[in-house]
Amino acid sequence: MKKKRDLIIGLALIVVLLVVLRILEVNISPQSQWAMLLTVLKKGSIYALVAVSMNLLNGFTGLFSLGQAGFMMIGAYTYAIFTIPVDQREMVYMYYDGGIIQFALPAVLGIILAGIAAALFAFLIGIPVLRLKSDYLAIATLGFAEIMKALFQWDSLGPLTNGSNMLRSYPTPASASVIYPFVVSGICIAIIVMLINSTYGRAFKAIRDDEIAAEAMGINLAHHKRIAFTVSSFFAGISGALLAMFQTNVQAKSFNSAMTYEILLIVVIGGIGSVTGSVISSFLFIACSEWLLRFLDEQHVIGDFTVPLLRSGFRKVVFSIIIMVIVLFFRQGIMGTREFSISGIIDKITGKSRKAKREGGNS
Amino acid sequence: MSETVLKVENVTMQFGGVIAVDNMNIVVNKGEIVSMIGPNGAGKTTAFNVITGVYAPSNGAVYFGGKKIVENYPQGKMKKLYKGENNGMYSHSIAPTPDKITQLGIARTFQNIRLFKSQTVFENILIAEHLRRTSNLFTATFHLNMAEEEKMRREADELLEILELSDVRNEMATSLPYGKQRRVEMARALATKPSLLLLDEPAAGMNPQETDELTAFIGRIRNDFGLTIFMIEHHMDLVMEISDRIYVLDFGKTIAEGIPEEIQNNPRVIEAYLGGAVDE
Repeated sequence: MKKKRDLIIGLALIVVLLVVLRILEVNISPQSQWAMLLTVLKKGSIYALVAVSMNLLNGFTGLFSLGQAGFMMIGAYTYAIFTIPVDQREMVYMYYDGGIIQFALPAVLGIILAGIAAALFAFLIGIPVLRLKSDYLAIATLGFAEIMKALFQWDSLGPLTNGSNMLRSYPTPASASVIYPFVVSGICIAIIVMLINSTYGRAFKAIRDDEIAAEAMGINLAHHKRIAFTVSSFFAGISGALLAMFQTNVQAKSFNSAMTYEILLIVVIGGIGSVTGSVISSFLFIACSEWLLRFLDEQHVIGDFTVPLLRSGFRKVVFSIIIMVIVLFFRQGIMGTREFSISGIIDKITGKSRKAKREGGNS
Repeated sequence: MSETVLKVENVTMQFGGVIAVDNMNIVVNKGEIVSMIGPNGAGKTTAFNVITGVYAPSNGAVYFGGKKIVENYPQGKMKKLYKGENNGMYSHSIAPTPDKITQLGIARTFQNIRLFKSQTVFENILIAEHLRRTSNLFTATFHLNMAEEEKMRREADELLEILELSDVRNEMATSLPYGKQRRVEMARALATKPSLLLLDEPAAGMNPQETDELTAFIGRIRNDFGLTIFMIEHHMDLVMEISDRIYVLDFGKTIAEGIPEEIQNNPRVIEAYLGGAVDE
């Protein structure tokens, strides 16, 4: 009964959210100062997906991987390559005689294919690198992402990837409407949450807590790590496709290691091991970096007084300080490993005992 | 009575130039409680790690229920270094990972408790149910296997009930007192439905009263679950009270074997214990 109640409330909230988004979208004109809000919502929802996918690895399976930007790039390229309309290809691939692919898939298929391509790469790269532990795994995955970045810009692959030139003119539904990235990300995050709550998710958490004990419980480490890595990359690939739509163009050099660190920062701020934390912090992070903290990058003059320090790039300094403060004093992030749930809030409001709440959360 | 469950045959474990376990031969029969004692560093835990697949032995084989589950011979670098006996007796390498051993029906606990620290007692037990899953990633994620999920939860709860841990079901596993943590760890091992249970110093760090309770507990789970138990232990009261047979290890070698009375009066055992550091 309680589950049913939560489900109904959850669905109702989703409908309300979508309606609100739609209203915002219709009413905010591109010229108004609130137009940035739509950008934040779009990009935030895309980053939320990749942050949750990274959290599945780092927070729930205990695999410290820094390859997320690389998998996003694979997703973004796959989406772009396969969805550019045939009549546009001659123009996009102008240096490569229109490229080698002469067909176009619908956007939805392109998104799924983006996920599959990223997952395939992850599966293959996972065979050697998942033997590594902690920092070594981080270095190997980061290296992989850099190699992929270089590979995609390689001139010989030009007919496929357009070399170091940008891919564009593909369908961009996520850029046109804020609903689109929200729905796609929402579905993907829901699937990740369902995975985490399944028996496989419990096995992942066991591996995170104690590999040796997990193995003694009959959990095949290699198999489960590979699943987590592949699934995480699948969703990173999908978020890459969404990002490609959002940016309306794709270029390998934008998927640099700084992007991975941004995602890592989101995960850490939100709380390693909390899905809702990652989602909340993606919106916060994107809002700060794209909108609210932009003023730090501009020179401000009040009367005769020029505000010191504020210049291009100062935003990055502030971010670095925020990271240090979080790592030093708020290691748990916003949510720690807790989750934000409807039933939790209702219980809090109606004042049920802690114990009952915990039982409710577990069963 | 004499159906052999576990047989360790000529197992030698050599790390570099150091022989940790030297030509070990152990037989554990069905329904027995067999203990392995010996001073610190005698190679007891190493022997456990060989049986459970954590290490591949340098030489020798392990049989479980009549089936060979582990075998190895000196190869690679060890070929030149090997100083142990029976070189050339084995020519195959069977090196399963620990999870395979667990799936065969050998469960273990650890010397320093290894519970899943961010999870409740119930969740700790529930993880052991994962190895009997029939669902795949897809059906598990989309909850198409609700019947199995419910069965897992029901079985975990039943086990907690039997082992009288229901009252701490929703506590964080590592927030429990030490004795309870040991019991949860054993419960978790039992949740894998083993036929052989390996206990690595179950009474370590326990006071006499907790040790007494543990003694009763081990005897009880042996009977209730039809288990065979092989354990490492330093508490002599516990060992002498519940063991059917005892193996004594010193510097990797088995120096004595027999029923508790024989061991207590064995001069070599007394020498090993009084000569070295007595760990009681």
